[in-house]
Amino acid sequence: MIYFKNVRKAWGSHVVLDDLNLHIPRGKITFILGKSGEGKSVTIKHIMGLLKPDHGRIIVDDVDITDYNIDELRILRQKFGMLFQHAALFDSMTVGENVLFPLSEHTKMTLPAMLNRVEEVLEQSGLPNMQHKYPTELSTGEKKRVGLARALVTKPQIILYDEPTTGMDPLVCEMIDDLIVKLGKDEKDLTSVVISHDLKAALQCAHHIVFLYKGKIALKGSPDDFRASEDAVVRQFFAGKVEGPMEFF
Amino acid sequence: MSEASKSLSQSKSKSIASILVGGVGGKVASKISELGSYFLYLKEIAVWTFRPPFRMSLLVQQLEFIGNQSLNIIIISALSVGAAFGLQIGGIFAVFGAESMLGAATAKSLCQEMAPLVTLILVTGRAGSSMTAELATMKVNEQVDAMEAMAVDPISYLVVPRVLSSMMIIPLLTGIFIFVGVIGAYISGVLFYQVDEGLFLSKLKILVAPIDLWRGLLKSFAFSIVMSSLCCRYGLNASGGAKGVGKATTNSVVAVILAVLGLDVIFTYFQIVVG
Repeated sequence: MIYFKNVRKAWGSHVVLDDLNLHIPRGKITFILGKSGEGKSVTIKHIMGLLKPDHGRIIVDDVDITDYNIDELRILRQKFGMLFQHAALFDSMTVGENVLFPLSEHTKMTLPAMLNRVEEVLEQSGLPNMQHKYPTELSTGEKKRVGLARALVTKPQIILYDEPTTGMDPLVCEMIDDLIVKLGKDEKDLTSVVISHDLKAALQCAHHIVFLYKGKIALKGSPDDFRASEDAVVRQFFAGKVEGPMEFF
Repeated sequence: MSEASKSLSQSKSKSIASILVGGVGGKVASKISELGSYFLYLKEIAVWTFRPPFRMSLLVQQLEFIGNQSLNIIIISALSVGAAFGLQIGGIFAVFGAESMLGAATAKSLCQEMAPLVTLILVTGRAGSSMTAELATMKVNEQVDAMEAMAVDPISYLVVPRVLSSMMIIPLLTGIFIFVGVIGAYISGVLFYQVDEGLFLSKLKILVAPIDLWRGLLKSFAFSIVMSSLCCRYGLNASGGAKGVGKATTNSVVAVILAVLGLDVIFTYFQIVVG
């Protein structure tokens, strides 16, 4: 379980998270929605300790990680897998080396066992026989899927997806969404946190949805709660309209 | 001037003074804090140097990149610098009929000053700028964040191998620079000033002591730490896309050259005063 208790984060006068209270249940798929600049990525960077809150507490698996030092954070981060918005693959490494990287850093598996695992996750992500290619030779969708394979390879307890389907074609979107759901079903204790603009995916895949607006939670609940919501901001976001109470600039 | 306008002009000049003092004071304070954070960063590098995991393959890669790939440029430059220096010094020594001293003078100057500085500047231009650009690109493309997210410390993985390999290879390149530079001076001396080969070597042996070489190598060792750590630091602190990468690279080269020139003055002072 992940809790945010009165978390505030600001850069100068720009408040991104404003006394945010958030609960992400264990073993569920939670989508965090909101328009660009609402602090969705900032939220997941706080979960991993990549950012520290100005005030408030962050609790992961019943442990307060807010004041963790770098060594404690390093141990905590071994529980996580993260898919970055632009995949963040290492350009100097091949696909295989990219996926192997977290395994070689944190496990004591033998090299053949690690290579088998790499092959397995690449196949799971729909990228068999791609190990020897470099990231520059891949399409955006392929890079994203390699990033996903890298996030999955260590069998993490918590997976954070930062806009996993942004910029993908509908088929790849569908494939990634299916993979998120399948992983959630296969691994009962796996907690998935998905930052997304993709409403369709959120309504299809999520157990739990959180909608951020102006640094706070505008609405939280199940996909059905969202479909039924009469909140003007939520309805405007759902309808994708410029006109409405939601400010764009 | 009326009392009111006098007081207005006084208050104006006071506020200008306070802005100037505040501005200068602020800048000084920010530079001191920057220096403090640089020393903390050096401490972190030192800690990670002796802390596992030890990344031998990355170290070897960097040794090859900084050392092997810089070798050609070092040899060509050293030959040119040594020959040009020999020609100029030979011209002056010829007035006193002391052309045979040309090799010794060139070697002494190369050991103590020219070789450590020129080698460092050449390696900064070739490898240091590339270190900054590579790390800055990784930073702006979230690759450094990804590394941290995978519980791998960027100092341990990216910085330590680069700093260690620089510390090992740059003094070696400096040694090569001195050796090839002396060959350049020898060519100048023998070809243009008809210096006797035996005399050239014997003067070299008499006037250039091993301590001169060690001083140069020590300087080079210190310069290599400054160069590699600063280049990596500028890379890891880059922001703002392609423009940020370019800015970080330019700033790192300028900062390294200025820092090394400053350090050189301090070293030379201690060499002369302390002996």
